[in-house]
Amino acid sequence: MTEPSSFLLSVEGLTVSFDGFKAVENLSFYVEENEIRVIIGPNGAGKTTVLDLICGRTRATGGSIRFKGKEITKLREDKIVAEGIGRKFQNPSIYEDLSVFENLEISYPRGHSVFGALAFKRDAAVRDRIDEIAETIFLADHLDQRAEFLSHGQKQWLEIGMLLIQDPQLLMLDEPVAGMSVAERAKTAELLNRIIKDRSVIVIEHDMKFVEDIAHRVTVLHQGKVLSEGSMSHVKSDPRVVEVYLGH
Amino acid sequence: MRSGNIFLKRNEVVFVVILSALLLVVFPMALDSFRLNLVGKYLTYAFVALGLVLCWGNAGILSLGQGIFFGLGGYGMAMFLKLEASSPEHTAIQSTPGIPDFMDWNQITELPAFWLPFHSLTLTIVAILVVPAVFAWIIGVAMFKRRVGGVYFAIITQAIAAILTILIVGQQGYTGGINGITDLRTLKGWDIRTDFAKEVLYFVNVALLLGCLLLAQFVRRSKYGRILVAIRDKEDRVRFSGYDVSNFKIFIFCFASVLAAIGGAMFTLQVGFMSPSFVGIVPSIEMVIYCAVGGRLSLFGAVYGTLFVNYAKTIFSESFPELWLFAMGALFIGVVMAFPNGLAGLWQAYAQPWFDRIGQRGAPRPISPAPISPTAAPAERRT
Repeated sequence: MTEPSSFLLSVEGLTVSFDGFKAVENLSFYVEENEIRVIIGPNGAGKTTVLDLICGRTRATGGSIRFKGKEITKLREDKIVAEGIGRKFQNPSIYEDLSVFENLEISYPRGHSVFGALAFKRDAAVRDRIDEIAETIFLADHLDQRAEFLSHGQKQWLEIGMLLIQDPQLLMLDEPVAGMSVAERAKTAELLNRIIKDRSVIVIEHDMKFVEDIAHRVTVLHQGKVLSEGSMSHVKSDPRVVEVYLGH
Repeated sequence: MRSGNIFLKRNEVVFVVILSALLLVVFPMALDSFRLNLVGKYLTYAFVALGLVLCWGNAGILSLGQGIFFGLGGYGMAMFLKLEASSPEHTAIQSTPGIPDFMDWNQITELPAFWLPFHSLTLTIVAILVVPAVFAWIIGVAMFKRRVGGVYFAIITQAIAAILTILIVGQQGYTGGINGITDLRTLKGWDIRTDFAKEVLYFVNVALLLGCLLLAQFVRRSKYGRILVAIRDKEDRVRFSGYDVSNFKIFIFCFASVLAAIGGAMFTLQVGFMSPSFVGIVPSIEMVIYCAVGGRLSLFGAVYGTLFVNYAKTIFSESFPELWLFAMGALFIGVVMAFPNGLAGLWQAYAQPWFDRIGQRGAPRPISPAPISPTAAPAERRT
C-alpha cells in the first residue's frame, strides 16, 4: 500500500447516526486511482448510506471523507460533483418527461449556473459528445425518445450515460444490474468494463458472479462496520463473511 | 428541434399569430370600449398565469401568493399616479395640500419617505420590476436554500399574501387601507380615463403580454427550462448532476413575480385603482385557477384560460352574483379531476391531431431530428 495521501478517496472514522441508531460506525477505507472497489454486505449493512455520505446526500456525524486530498465532508452536493464524483442511484433516476438526448444534455458539464443554462447553446461539441455516449450505452437509436418509454435496463444505462458525460474521476454505482434480464446483465457488465478505464469506481452489488468479474478489491460491510476487506478470494474464504453474508 | 428559432417551434408561430390576431384585431373590432377595457383587465391576470406556467407547470413550484407580486406592481403604479393626481392645486382644500387625499384624512401631514421615489416615472418603473423581484428573491432564498418545497411552500406564500393584505389594510394612512388607492387621473398629464386612452392602454398591454409570452417561451425552451422540468421530475438527480437546484428555483420564482408585477401595473393603469382585494389569498388562488383551467403546461393555454374564466365570471356574476363562487369552485374541481392539463390538454388530445392530419395531407412533414419529436414528447408539446 502507498502513503495515504496518494489515495483518491480516503474515508476515515466515518460515523453517522440517525436518532441514536448508528447506520455507519467508525468506518475507514481507501480507494486508489483506477481501482474498482465493490462493497457487499447483507441488507441494512449501510452500503447505500456510505455512498450517500460520500456524495453529500447524508451528512456525517463524525469522521472525514477526503477526495484527492481535499476534505469534502461538509461540501454541498453540487460542489462534490464538481470535484469529480458521480453517483448512480439504486432505482433508475432519470427525467421521464425529457428525451434521452435532453437527459444526457443536462449532465453535460457546461452551463450549470442559472445564466449559463439560459445561454447554453447546443453546439457541435455537445451533440458529438452525446452521440458518442449514446453509442456507448446502446441508446444511439433512442435519442429522440421520451425517457419514460425506455425499458428498465435502458433506464439504468441512461443514468450510467448521464454520469459518463460528466466524466467523473470517481464513479459510484448502486446495484447497477439489479432487476435486469440476463441479456441486459451481460451487456451491462461489458459496458462497465469499458467505462471503468481511467477512473475509480465504487460499486454496490449483490450478484456475486458479477462482483467476481469486475472487482479489484472487495469491502464487506456488516452493521455499519467493515467486516472484511481484500481480494475476492480473500474475502470469500473469511469465515466471518461466510457466516453473515455468503453463507445464505 | 436541435436548432432553429430560439423562441418558437413552427406550430407555435401559428399560435402566436392566432393569439395576436385575436387580441389585436378581433377584440378591438368586435367589442365596444367598455368590453375591450374589461378584456384588457382580464389580460393583466394573464401575466400572472404565464409566470405560474413556468413556476408551477414547469418547475413544480406552486405559489398561492402571486397576488403579492401583482399587488406590488399595481401599488407601485398606483402610487405614481396618485402623487400626480395629488398636486397642490388639486388638493388645495386639504389641510396639507400636495399629499394623497387618504393621507390627509388620516392626519398625516408629510409624505412618507418610501413614497418619494414615486414622483419619478422612471424610478416607478424600476420599482415595479425590482421590488417584486427582490421580495421574491428573499422568499426564495429563505425557502429553497433550506429545501422547503411542495405544499409547505404553497402554504407559506399564502400566509405572506395574507400578511401583506393585513399590512396594507392596517396602515391606512400610508397605503389607502381597504379602499386602496383610488381616483387616479393622469399619467404624465395624459388622462387615462378617456375611452381613447383605455384603447391605447389595451394595445400597450397586449404588446407587453405578447413580449412576456415570447420571453417566457425562450426561458422554457432554453436548457434552463429543461432543467426545471428535470427538477420537477427528479430533484436529487439534478443536484447530483452538479446543479445548485435552489438557485434555479429562486430564479424562476423571481421571474414569475416580475411578470405578475407587470400585470399588476397594467391593471392599475387600465382599471384606475388598486386595492388589497387583488393582493390576498382569494385573488392569488383565482390566478392559479386561471392557469389550471388553461393548462398549467401551456403558456398559450394560460392566456386563453384567463380570458375564459374571467369572461365566465363576468357573465355569471352579472346574472347570478351569489352563485359565481360555487361555479368557480366547481370549475376548478372539474378541471383537476377531468382535465388535469386544462384547455391546452383538450386541444392537444382532440384538436391538434385533426390539424396535423390536415397538414400532412397538404405537405408531408419532414422528419426532424428533434429530441422533442411530436410523438415522443406529449408533455413538451402542450404549448
